[in-house]
Amino acid sequence: MTTATISRWDRFRDSFLWYSFKRDKIAIVSFLVLVLMVAAAVFAPLLAPTDPYDLAQINIMNSELPPVGMSGADAAFPLGTDAQGRDMLSTILYGTRVSLLIGFGAVVLQAVLGILFGLLAGYLGGRVDSILMRIADVQLSFSTLMVAIIVGAVFKASFGNLMFGEIAIYMLIFIIGVAEWPQIARTVRASVLAEKKKEYVDAAKVMGFGTRRIMFRHILPNTLSPIFVIATVQIANAIISEAALSFLGLGMPETQPSLGSLIKSGFDYIQSGSWWITLIPGLVLVVLVLVINLLGDWLRDVMNPRLYKG
Amino acid sequence: MLAFLVQRISQAILVMFVISVIAFAIQDGLGDPLQQMVGMSVSEEERDAIRDEMGLNDPLVVQYLRFAGNAVQGDLGISYFYGKPTLDVILEHLPATLELAIGASLIILFFSVPIGVYAAIRPQALLSKFFMGVSTVGISIPVFLTAIVLIQLFSIGVTVDMFPADTGWGQNLNSALSTEGGLPSYGRGDELTHLFGTWHSGFFSQGGLLHLILPAISLASIMLPLFIRLIRAEMMEVLQSDYVRYARAKGLQPGRINFLHALKNTMLPVITVGGVQIGTMVAYTILTETVFQWPGVGLMFLEAITRSDIPLIVAYLMVVGLIFVITNTIVDLIYGLVNPTVKLTGKKA
Repeated sequence: MTTATISRWDRFRDSFLWYSFKRDKIAIVSFLVLVLMVAAAVFAPLLAPTDPYDLAQINIMNSELPPVGMSGADAAFPLGTDAQGRDMLSTILYGTRVSLLIGFGAVVLQAVLGILFGLLAGYLGGRVDSILMRIADVQLSFSTLMVAIIVGAVFKASFGNLMFGEIAIYMLIFIIGVAEWPQIARTVRASVLAEKKKEYVDAAKVMGFGTRRIMFRHILPNTLSPIFVIATVQIANAIISEAALSFLGLGMPETQPSLGSLIKSGFDYIQSGSWWITLIPGLVLVVLVLVINLLGDWLRDVMNPRLYKG
Repeated sequence: MLAFLVQRISQAILVMFVISVIAFAIQDGLGDPLQQMVGMSVSEEERDAIRDEMGLNDPLVVQYLRFAGNAVQGDLGISYFYGKPTLDVILEHLPATLELAIGASLIILFFSVPIGVYAAIRPQALLSKFFMGVSTVGISIPVFLTAIVLIQLFSIGVTVDMFPADTGWGQNLNSALSTEGGLPSYGRGDELTHLFGTWHSGFFSQGGLLHLILPAISLASIMLPLFIRLIRAEMMEVLQSDYVRYARAKGLQPGRINFLHALKNTMLPVITVGGVQIGTMVAYTILTETVFQWPGVGLMFLEAITRSDIPLIVAYLMVVGLIFVITNTIVDLIYGLVNPTVKLTGKKA
């Protein structure tokens, strides 16, 4: 086993991916920032000074304290407090955790759906292809955010506020995953169409392998690099969609905030001068999405130059 | 061409059918209309009688056909909250959204074309790199956040006093970083001009235009980077083509080549993307209207959700669905007309 892992590491060190990563300052910085943010989010319960979910630790007397450096600040709350007296640093750490969780979860779901439907459409062709791609076309023409808003609205109206709040994380993963699957399905289908003309597929057919085996064991591995590129960018999109839904009140409840619902709850207090409640989580959101997008751009350039456009 | 037309229109009708089924399912699945109409004291027999009378005991297909038949005639039910036909409520709110969208589109058009073309002609220039960098960052900023930052900067205003005020440079920095604020950030104002029907326009008064500035910039900001990148990418490709090189060899003015010959072919994909983006634009108007309390259909839809005003939600879905389907069909047809290389049988190349 040890030899296998060493050789894998060596292969990675000799790869073009590592070579171009070392040479791209933007990619390195983005990667470091992303790792830092993900680590901070994962270890939020250890890092955060207070637990924002625990009502006993919140004191309403501390509400709307400004961040350190402004007059009236309290050193116990480095980024200030929100209107309920929760420590902003803690809520942001926990909020980033929720946002990332929904982002990853939604992309896993849309990757499963997108790969399945894309493979079926591309490999089987014919009627399956035209039906699946028509659905994808129509869904995309409505724009994924619109679909997500409508599905979210219907769910919220049918489950009621309280129930929706309890299962909001799963709901959001489901809504965003279902709304965005066409993006991945189209990419997969395009690669499958190119792959299935190749000789190794013919060889596999001649050897008498079943359709399912050829699709998943032979073609799928060769379409992974564009999927990887798209999935990276889709994480950023999912995080933005989640923030948008939460901002509209169709997402995470304020008791269990994501970055989007933090921005929303802070927005109510911006007119009274408490800009930090909304703008600090906003800045965190922008940095998070930006580094993921920059990494996605870099991956696209490295792994799939023929996709490059715009 | 006729086959193409028929195929697109039948697809549009199919999509509208699916939307109406979904809308009907929502109306049927959410809430019992009887509960909204009668009190607790009405007995079960009486309830059944009313159900029969209203046709709620009919088979689903019959109920759907009645729903669809009413919808085709423009009857989408009565809003619980407004107590008026839902279509009237939507028509009252639609002009505000349209004006917001028009304002944003104008901003997008006036900025994306010159910047995109410039970035394509001089890809190495510092200014181009600046624009491309800003557009990368711009894509990562959600529209509601742009809106909030704009409100903070230009409506509330920012006072910076970080730097020592007793030194000259400190004072200069403080005043350079502070903003005045004062732009309206709430609603459309009261200086609206009545045009016709339900259309009250803010385009013809100073107050109306002032109210439009921040929402329109916010809405434009999310689409602008996309169009700049698209125009730049397409333009760069066109500039490589043979006919542009021939025009150069012929000694035509560079301005004429760039803006007359090259730009024409650049705009072709921009039309399609623009058409597809209408859907995105509608989604973003919901966000923008929420931030600015802009009294358009987006805000109305969100309020309908919080009020569980199901007829209004359903009507909104039908109307927005219809707008999407019509614009998408028209964009498809225009694209088929201006670009003969599209296979008219509808299969995408």
